[in-house]
Amino acid sequence: MADLTQAVRRAPLTGLHGGSSTVRLTPAAPASHISLRAGPDAVFALSGALGLDLPTRPKGSASANGRTAIWLGPDEWLVIDENGADLVAIAGSSGALHAATDVSHRNTAIIVAGPGAASAINAGCPQDLSLAVFPVGAGSRTILGKAEIVLLRLAEDTFRVECWRSFSTYVFGMLTEGAEDASA
Amino acid sequence: MSGANRIAGKGRLTPARTARFTFDGKSYTALQGDTVASALLANGVHLLGRSFKYHRPRGILSAGPEEPNALLDVSRDSARRQPNVRATVQEVFDGMKVESQNRWPSLAFDVGAVNDLMSPFFAAGFYYKTFMWPKKAWHGIYEPFIRRAAGLGVAPTEADPDHYASRYAHCDVLVVGAGVAGLAAALAAAEAGARVILVDEQPEVGGALHFDSGLTVNGQPGYDWAQATAARLAAMPNVQVLTRTTAFGYYNHNFVALAERVTDHIAQPDKKLPRERLWQVRAKRVVLATGAIERHMVFPKNDRPGIMLASAGRTFLNHFGVAVGAKVGVYTAHDSAYEAAFDLKRAGVAVAAIVDSRQNPGAEVLAEARRLGIEVLSGHSVINTAGRLRISSMTVARNGGGAAQKIVVDALLVSAGWTPSVHLFSQSRGKLSFEGEKQRFLPGTYAQDSLSVGACNGTDQLQAAIEEALAAGELMARATGAAGGNAVSLSGEAAFEWTGGMIGASEGAGPDTTVKAFIDFQHDVCAKDIRLAVREGMHSIEHIKRFTTNGMASDQGKLSNMHGLAIAAEALDRPIPQVGLTTFRQPYTPVTFGTIISHSRGSLFDPARKTPMHGWEEAHGAEFEDVGNWKRAWFYPKAGENMHEAVNRECRTVRTTAGLFDASTLGKIEVVGPDAATFLNLLYTNAWDTLKPGRCRYGIMTREDGYVYDDGVVGRLAEDRFHVTTTTGGAPRVLHHMEDYLQTEFPHLKVWLTSTTEQWAVIAVQGPKAREIIAPLVEGIDLSPDAFPHMSVAEGKICGVPTRLFRVSFTGELGFEVNVPADYGQAVWEAIWAQAEPLGSCAYGTETMHVLRAEKGYIIVGQDTDGTVTPDDAGVAWAVSKKKADFVGIRGLKRPDLMREGRKQLVGLLTKDPSVVLEEGAQIVADPNQPKPMTMLGHVTSSYWSENCGRSIAFALVAGGRARVGQTLYIPMPDRTIAAEVTDTVFFDKEGARING
Repeated sequence: MADLTQAVRRAPLTGLHGGSSTVRLTPAAPASHISLRAGPDAVFALSGALGLDLPTRPKGSASANGRTAIWLGPDEWLVIDENGADLVAIAGSSGALHAATDVSHRNTAIIVAGPGAASAINAGCPQDLSLAVFPVGAGSRTILGKAEIVLLRLAEDTFRVECWRSFSTYVFGMLTEGAEDASA
Repeated sequence: MSGANRIAGKGRLTPARTARFTFDGKSYTALQGDTVASALLANGVHLLGRSFKYHRPRGILSAGPEEPNALLDVSRDSARRQPNVRATVQEVFDGMKVESQNRWPSLAFDVGAVNDLMSPFFAAGFYYKTFMWPKKAWHGIYEPFIRRAAGLGVAPTEADPDHYASRYAHCDVLVVGAGVAGLAAALAAAEAGARVILVDEQPEVGGALHFDSGLTVNGQPGYDWAQATAARLAAMPNVQVLTRTTAFGYYNHNFVALAERVTDHIAQPDKKLPRERLWQVRAKRVVLATGAIERHMVFPKNDRPGIMLASAGRTFLNHFGVAVGAKVGVYTAHDSAYEAAFDLKRAGVAVAAIVDSRQNPGAEVLAEARRLGIEVLSGHSVINTAGRLRISSMTVARNGGGAAQKIVVDALLVSAGWTPSVHLFSQSRGKLSFEGEKQRFLPGTYAQDSLSVGACNGTDQLQAAIEEALAAGELMARATGAAGGNAVSLSGEAAFEWTGGMIGASEGAGPDTTVKAFIDFQHDVCAKDIRLAVREGMHSIEHIKRFTTNGMASDQGKLSNMHGLAIAAEALDRPIPQVGLTTFRQPYTPVTFGTIISHSRGSLFDPARKTPMHGWEEAHGAEFEDVGNWKRAWFYPKAGENMHEAVNRECRTVRTTAGLFDASTLGKIEVVGPDAATFLNLLYTNAWDTLKPGRCRYGIMTREDGYVYDDGVVGRLAEDRFHVTTTTGGAPRVLHHMEDYLQTEFPHLKVWLTSTTEQWAVIAVQGPKAREIIAPLVEGIDLSPDAFPHMSVAEGKICGVPTRLFRVSFTGELGFEVNVPADYGQAVWEAIWAQAEPLGSCAYGTETMHVLRAEKGYIIVGQDTDGTVTPDDAGVAWAVSKKKADFVGIRGLKRPDLMREGRKQLVGLLTKDPSVVLEEGAQIVADPNQPKPMTMLGHVTSSYWSENCGRSIAFALVAGGRARVGQTLYIPMPDRTIAAEVTDTVFFDKEGARING
């Protein structure tokens, strides 16, 4: 056997940063992600296994200990674990009928922070990001320009923008222009 | 001095703040806040351009966005040049360059003006008739000539260096228009607590208060009240006030598009600022307070420079401090124009006379005119005007005949009354209703959650308009749930209540068919043209519009539509509502392409999707091709190699040693659940329940109609988990197709689908040495041929990271597809490359992939199939289960036409001359000498030079193709006819031994 070196992980936006005087754009640290699919009767058991209450209403999300579940559809959640937990195995321990598919490398994320964050995102995202309509903790699968994103509001002026890796330079570019206009 | 016609003490601009600009090369001084129109008028310039068709001298007609005439070419520098800019909208900035249009050699002496004399040949609709013969000349001569002659501005040729922004916004109440009514509505909505956006197209709020000096609100001069109110609104946290912003499109569900002009008025704009910003607003409720537009009078030679709308004359005087003439006439059918005469007279300008076509003008304005000593000729009409480049006199006669008198004037203010601006209401698909008494269209039935207030709603009386607006603002706010309690009350007072108004041609424009009484200035449409259209048989206003082009210019007939309609109705002897109104379309005023495109330029035009290995490929000299949005490595030329040589080398290398290929773009769908196999049985033609975990199968997917939709290898990872691959281009639609069937046809199945295309980087290692290359890197998978034969899949590790390893081949060689989580893709590729390169392997691109698969007879869905090809046509009938009771397409495949003899079938073609490579798409015939049109048997779908076969190879879809194997068919090309023999589709390693190596 040849002398093997462990393959190095290279995230798509490594080294990029940007923004403007009112918006800061930072690639999020790698995290584990699953696409979780299950019917309503599995929600309780899956919630128990994951250690959070899976949201059951549109725009809902739930977070606990660095783990977040975002409601994407009546039987669909995006679960993110910032500590890199094996979410497929954790969901599997629930004993409930479900499908968990690892998408940790499909998805990448950009943290958009600062007083102009909502305006920067609204350059390409048609959602109402006012606090009354999209409060802290709100999450939604939506679009940014021509790319699909999952948007999560982490704080009043901080968002996590999830996208597929090959769209990430486009999404970063759109947010960069949005950030510039948000500070104009 | 900012112009000789500036009246000291008049207007709202600051005399000390000047700006320099040039017009047709001559330098002028303006005041900051001037429009190009006001600045030129201040300097005594009335001649601004030449008309579209007749090249008649034209000046400034209005003081606002409705301007049809004064269109200029405005530039900041050579790259920032814009044609057809309305002089009445464009604000002057220091250093701007303005040029007139549609004239040669100069504005004052224009050769094209000969068209005016030739006008009998250019009657309305002339292009439908005059140039019909000979037919061939239309495209070659007439059309290019007319297009060149008819153009107004000249499009810029340099790339636009500015950038543009876009913003989505939401609000409870969007108020369009910030005149008295709009401000009142916004105030009421804001004080009730609603989120309000107030937009106005002008630089400052105020609307008609710009000119109407006779209005007060709460005892304050109207314009001052407006500015104070806007400031109060802007300071409220729930209100956004956008000026220089045009609401140009009203779409479904209260979706309103706004264009904000951010820097066009600034001399040295901050480079960070976008030139314009597109706002796409979703409003819960909309209040339209878009006001009314004054109409001109339709009378002979009513288009001379110096003739303008009465309200424009007042705007230039009261807002810009500019007298539009020294001896001004007024011609009107409405009381409002009297106030223009009053304002001018009080400012010390001579008023020659007020000519009123009505017998009985409003008593109040008549009394005031007498008090000011202004001569009023009621029951009179202007029947002619004189003056070459500016009006010098008007000829006036009593209605019904009588002696004409010539009155010397240097400007003539006209008004036929006011047309409510129902453009946005109409765009919202609201239905207009006709108010007979005042001869105007007003909002009737609403189609969306909106209300019109003020002048655009026909509410003319000031206090009534204010109260209507306040009520609408509050009502709309309450409807969105606003619960604030601050009620607003306002009282407004106008100097005069106005009466009157007319539409259509006035006396003197008469039934005469030669008199030029213009209704559409920009397209040179006269009253006589409408009558001609009716005589020619056009009875619908839509036909009349297209025949005459009335209202089809960039101003969309803001001044001309009602006049045209009235003249048509009269000629048709039908009531106006029966003749109808043309449809109002977006945009309300022209919008730049830059604003519409916004961010979607350059690298943001479209997402450019790159695989995890893209950087390595770039560094190793790959040329890329676009496949959908993906950038795929096409081939890897070495120094001195052309594409052909590189592809030949790659093809040879893969078959002699091995090659690495980036297959990451392959669509991947994870199908998970206890019913996964059942679901795939229904979606693919093959059987899946018999596939064991750890094994793969090539699957064909048909649509309901039986035609091939997609194909790919599916691996079964576990009883309840499949790894499905699709074509690169088919990935999104195949997932949608599957999800569609799952949700609508098979909702009872316990199975879920997830796109994993981007989760996995895929490295195809193909060739006799493939196993030798990857073996040292793989842990936990026995790669021996017996343990891991062709069409196997296993999970293990490579380079210490998880892999789904497939033993599959799209080359016919021993092959593996290494799937690793995408972020590891490049590192694993590099590790495999480190093993492969010393053995003499290569990296290869999509071109080589295409050639190698064709050598083996493997089809590409979408290239060798085209949406009318069945699995049997494509030669893959073996993949259609004979045992299954059901799958999508099973009934379609039994249609008689899909089962008949003689269908086009995929076959191989070998040219008689092996060096000739056929053209893909070329048509195929049996007899090249038959008369045209020939009977075509099919076409070439794939064609390549095969280095491994030492000759060209091709696939073709040919009628009854498989029965023709051995026959010679012909491919007629423009320069020769190529003979080719029909063969089967496998050209290399026909026995298929290599794949099991």
